[in-house]
Order: sequence, then structure tokens, then C-alpha cells
Amino acid sequence: MKRQQFQHPYLPYLLVLPQIVIIGIFFVWPAAQAIYQSFVLEDPFGLSSEFVWFENYVAVVTDRQYVVSVVFTLVFSTLVTFFSMAIAMLLAVKADAVIKGASAYKVLLTWVYAIAPAVAGIIGTFLFTRNIGPLYNLMIGAGWEFNPQVKVFDAAFTVVLVSVWKQVSVNFIYFLAGLQSIPNYVREAARIDCRSGFRRFWTITFPLLAPTGFFVLVVNITYAFFETFGVIDTMTRGSPAGGTSTLVYKVYQDGFLGADLGGSSAQSVILMIFVLGLTVFQFRFIERKIHY
Amino acid sequence: MFEFRKVAVAAAAAFAMSTASAQAATEITWWHAMGGALGETVNAIAKDFNASQSDVVLTPVYKGGYEETMTAGIAAFRAGNAPNIIQIFDAGAATIINAKGAIYPVADLLSKYGVNFNGDDYIEGIRNFYADSSGDMIGMPFNSSTPVLYYNKAALEKAGVTPPKTWEEFEASAPKLKAAGYIALAQSHTPWIFSENFHSRHNIPLSDADNGFDGVATSINYNNEHMRYHFTNVKEWLDAGYYGYFGTKWADNQKPFVDEEVAMWLGSSASFGGLKKSAKFKFGTTHLPYWDKIAGREYNTFIGGAALFAFSGKTDAEYTATAQFFQFLSKPETNFFWHRETGYVPITSASYDRAKSKGYYNDNPDAEVGIIQLSQPGGDNTKGYRLGYYVQIREVMQREYDKIFSGASSVEDAFKAIEEDSNKLLQRFARTVN
Repeated sequence: MKRQQFQHPYLPYLLVLPQIVIIGIFFVWPAAQAIYQSFVLEDPFGLSSEFVWFENYVAVVTDRQYVVSVVFTLVFSTLVTFFSMAIAMLLAVKADAVIKGASAYKVLLTWVYAIAPAVAGIIGTFLFTRNIGPLYNLMIGAGWEFNPQVKVFDAAFTVVLVSVWKQVSVNFIYFLAGLQSIPNYVREAARIDCRSGFRRFWTITFPLLAPTGFFVLVVNITYAFFETFGVIDTMTRGSPAGGTSTLVYKVYQDGFLGADLGGSSAQSVILMIFVLGLTVFQFRFIERKIHY
Repeated sequence: MFEFRKVAVAAAAAFAMSTASAQAATEITWWHAMGGALGETVNAIAKDFNASQSDVVLTPVYKGGYEETMTAGIAAFRAGNAPNIIQIFDAGAATIINAKGAIYPVADLLSKYGVNFNGDDYIEGIRNFYADSSGDMIGMPFNSSTPVLYYNKAALEKAGVTPPKTWEEFEASAPKLKAAGYIALAQSHTPWIFSENFHSRHNIPLSDADNGFDGVATSINYNNEHMRYHFTNVKEWLDAGYYGYFGTKWADNQKPFVDEEVAMWLGSSASFGGLKKSAKFKFGTTHLPYWDKIAGREYNTFIGGAALFAFSGKTDAEYTATAQFFQFLSKPETNFFWHRETGYVPITSASYDRAKSKGYYNDNPDAEVGIIQLSQPGGDNTKGYRLGYYVQIREVMQREYDKIFSGASSVEDAFKAIEEDSNKLLQRFARTVN
């Protein structure tokens, strides 16, 4: 086979240049800065700095609040990812089966997508306001001694709920698109062979939806780790008792509010390595089990 | 082509004129953290200043909350783009005052570029918070407030009690308030009111190195018997229904008082203006209670709020302009206007006298409580504090206090954790500035 060649040897480099420049400026350079800062102990104004090897890292991992943040982030991300995917898949399957007024359902289930996490957080704050918020009153009415201002579990519940609500619509769009790409003859054949809709879903639809599901999983883990910052900041600011502080939120608290650049950089480097590892794991072990 | 040339000439002329007018007046910027109604008052002051003279044009810029303003200032300084004036809050004082070379001390600035500067014009309890160990002002006091007790007059009358002077008195009246259907007390900032000012009110040292004024502190004193005693009692009040704890946010704790669910609330003397608008009932203001068995008498509280700092590395013209503005700000007329509009206390004796001579306190006795409390006789430990990474230390305190009040942690364990984590932070900070 004849290989396609550019006439001019520099043209391809020129064409990828904008992408390289953007990655360089917005990812490589800040990441390199963070790695450098994480090895340095410096006053906030940058007037004096000292190279301290791994001291910032030691300070981070021996901080009792950091351990709490790690545990919360893992639990929080798992819950947000699982529930936002499960609910979205259920809604997508049901919406796909609707014949009358299908587009109305689809629009209603999609439009939350346009809400930014910070706005979702503010809406959540209103809903859970003590004595006034409708959801607060619902919880109290149900006999739950609901107190998100003081109880960690209750506060975590509110941020998980709002984060899931905000993400369901995004996942819904992908799952719906995934369902619609399953060929009709496959569905018809399945319908002839198996009467149970439940079994048909798990043996036919679910595996065929897996490539979409994998993509959505990666997107959702990133969402739960990073983008939920807006929800946390507007709703709980990591309180009560530091129990709803995600790793990203702690980076912000220590670096942007507390002006501890070394410690904050060390935290972001650890986070970067962790997410990198997670992504590699996903692609090496989960993606293998998926058939496109 | 001819048309183009005409346009170009006109543009060049316009440009030349605009630079000419810029040369006539020095432009300086002021980054502040005053949002909402406070921000409007800041703008009014800037407008008055600009109208009062023609040499300087001052532009105030709102940069978000206290922490965000400080971080924005730090980032701008590192990028070589710092504003002339920045507002830094109490918890950030150590960060900015230890940044030698980044800041032009106000006392030096005013004596070199200003006229008639005398540090003694400023009220002692206020100026010392932002002064060096020899008493020279590094920051210009701006919005200063102090914790005071607000009480719902009808609620106290219904229960047949008077506002408590001491915590002992509070313990006696709390059950009566509960019987009258109220939670007796709430407060809005546990680190500020029940920790920092608790030490000042009872003249207890807050850290080593003279609360951080005499060098960089490395050891906190929060884990002391008086603090543990106080918090053990507060937890008991909470369990008995005498005390309401509504988390760490300021407004969440103020709201139950406004809603008449709570009879007394500890807030800032500067909350007065806002409360006057939001509270639908008659309320009174009095001093922050103290433990008679610990202190024996009242000691002054110290200020919260923020001060203005001048960044270094500017031109002489800009320094002169900054000094001129600081002088304008300290004038009795300006300062009384600020005091009246916002509820923050006056910063000079002359402004305080002006408020008195205008009869302001005859109509608004509540507005004077803060400044009286600040002027009470002090002790060795009532000047204030200057501690590094204090934003994080407050975060540690909030976290541990949450644990005490939710029952997740004992008072002893919580204070041990506060001591350990705070000392780690202080020692880390000390290494960055030495």
C-alpha cells in the first residue's frame, strides 16, 4: 500500500503545533511548576525559598486531615460514579423504550446538563437550608434527625446527591446514544429468543453498551475527582469536621486560601500520580474486557 | 489612503491627550474584600477622595473574600504586578508582616511621604494589632470590629433575666430562657470568639514569642486548662439545650437569632448594621461574657477585621498618592462616616470624639459597645496575635470543634489534635520566613 506523504516536510509539524502549544502552556508547564514547588519550602511572596527534598510530601501524608480526605474522596467518587451511571442507564433504557412523546422525556432528562457544578451547589444549599429548604423539611418529616451542618454523614449525603443529580443528564445522553446504536435486528432476534426483558438487558443490551459505559466511567471518575469542586465549595466547604473535603478541595484550601504553596503542590502531584495510575489501570484491565 | 491617514492622526492625537491627562494625576489601585453594602461604602469613600483633590485617582477593586484577596495580592506580587494598596485580614497578618521587602511599613511611608503623621493618634488597641514589637504601625487599621453579645430584649424579659456579664451568670439564666422556649445562646465564629478572644478576655497567652509579636511563634497555647474548661461547659450547654451550634458558617449561626429561635447571639460589633435591617424585634448589645473564676475581671478583647497594606516597589509619586489616601482615610470626617455606615469601630481618638460630639451614641448606644470593650484595661496578652499559616490553624480548630459538638471527639482529644496540628503548621511557617 502506498503511504500518504505531505509534500512539505514541515507542514505536519505546523499543523499539530497549536495543539502542542496548548498542551505545553496549559498542562506541561503548570505540572512542571507544581513538581518544582513540591520540593521547595517557600514563603508565600516568594522572597526566600529552600530546597527540602521530600519534606512537603512527608508533611502531607502524616497530616491526619489528609488521610480523612483520601478516604472521603474514594468513597465519594465511588458513590457519585456508581449512582450517576446506574440512574442514567436506567433512565436511558426506559426513555429509549418510550414511543409516545419520546422527545419530551429526552429533553426533560437532558437539560440539567447546562447547569454548572457551582450553580448546582447553590441550588442544593437552598434545598437543604435549615427550617426552610424543601428537602431539609422532607428529611425531618421522614423522621430523620437530619443535620448536615454538624453531622458528617448528612453533609456527605447532600453533596453526593447534588453531584449525582448534576451528572445523571450527561450520562443519560451518552447511554441513550449508545442504546440507539444497537442494531434493531439484534434486538429483534433477542426478543424472539428470550421473553424476559430483564435477562435480555443483562445478556444483550448491557454488553453492547459496554464501550459507551467504559467511556462514561472514565469521564465520571474525572468528574467526581475534579469537577465536583464547585459543589463542595458552594455547599459545605469541606465541613463539618473536614469530613466532606475532597483531595482537590484540600489542594485549594491549603494553596489558595492558606498560601502554603509547597504543601499544596505536593498534594497536587500526589493527586496527579494517583489519577494517572487510575487511568492506566482502567485502560489496561477494564478496557480489555470490552468488545467494540 | 487619505482617509486612513486622517483616522491615524486623530487616533494618535487622542492617545497623546489621554497619556497627558494620565500624567497629570497619579493612578493608584486598592484591592479590597468588602462585598455588598460594605463595598458600596468603600466606593463612596474612594469617590470622595478622588473628588477632594486632583493629583490622585484611586480605583478600588473588589477581589472576593479575605482569603481570595490575599491570594490575589500574593500572586500579583509574584508576577510583579501588585496593586498599591491591599486589604489583609487578621488571620493573614503574620503572612504579610513577615514578608519583609514586599510591604512598605505604613509608619515609614507616612512619615516619609505624608505630613503630620503621629502613630499615637490611632487608638492603642487597634493600632498594635498591625504594629511591630516597638509599636511602629506596619498596616493601616481599616475595618476593625470585636466580638460582642446581642440579645433579644423581649426574650430576656419573658424569661425574667438580664444579659449576662459573666459565664457564671449565663449558667444561671440559661435554664430560664430554655423554659421560656428559647435556645439561650449561639455564636458565629468559634475560633475568633471562643478561642482567640477568649484568651484576650481572660489575659491568657495564646502562643510563645509574646503571641507572635516578638518573633515568629512556633508553639500554640490553645490546649490549656481554661480552654478545655470552657469547651467542656459549652458542650454541656449544647446537650442541655442552652446552646445552639449550627456549623461553621457565620450566617447559619446568625439566622436562628434573627428568627427568634435563639435568645442571645455572639457576633461582631460590625454585625450591628445588618441586624438592624434583618431583625424584626428590639435587640440590645453588650460586652462579651467572661469567666469570673478564671479572669477575676474584664480584660479588653482585640480586634478582628482587616487592615490596609502598601506594597513596595512603586514610584515616589505612587507612594505619595498612597500616603495621601491613608491620611484622608484617617480624617475624623471619613472615619466617622465609615464607622456610622458599617458599624466598624473608629480607628483614631479624634474620630471617636467626633462620633461622641455629634451625639451619635445617644441615639445608638449599641454602636459604642465595641469600642468601649476594646478600650477596657488590658494585660500582657491582650494586644492581639500574629501567627503563621493561621488560616489553616483556624481550619484545624473548626474541624476539631465540629467533632466536639457532634460528639465524635472528647474535649481532651480535640485540643490535643489542635495543639499538634497547629504546632506543625507554625513550625513549618517559621522555616519559610527565617
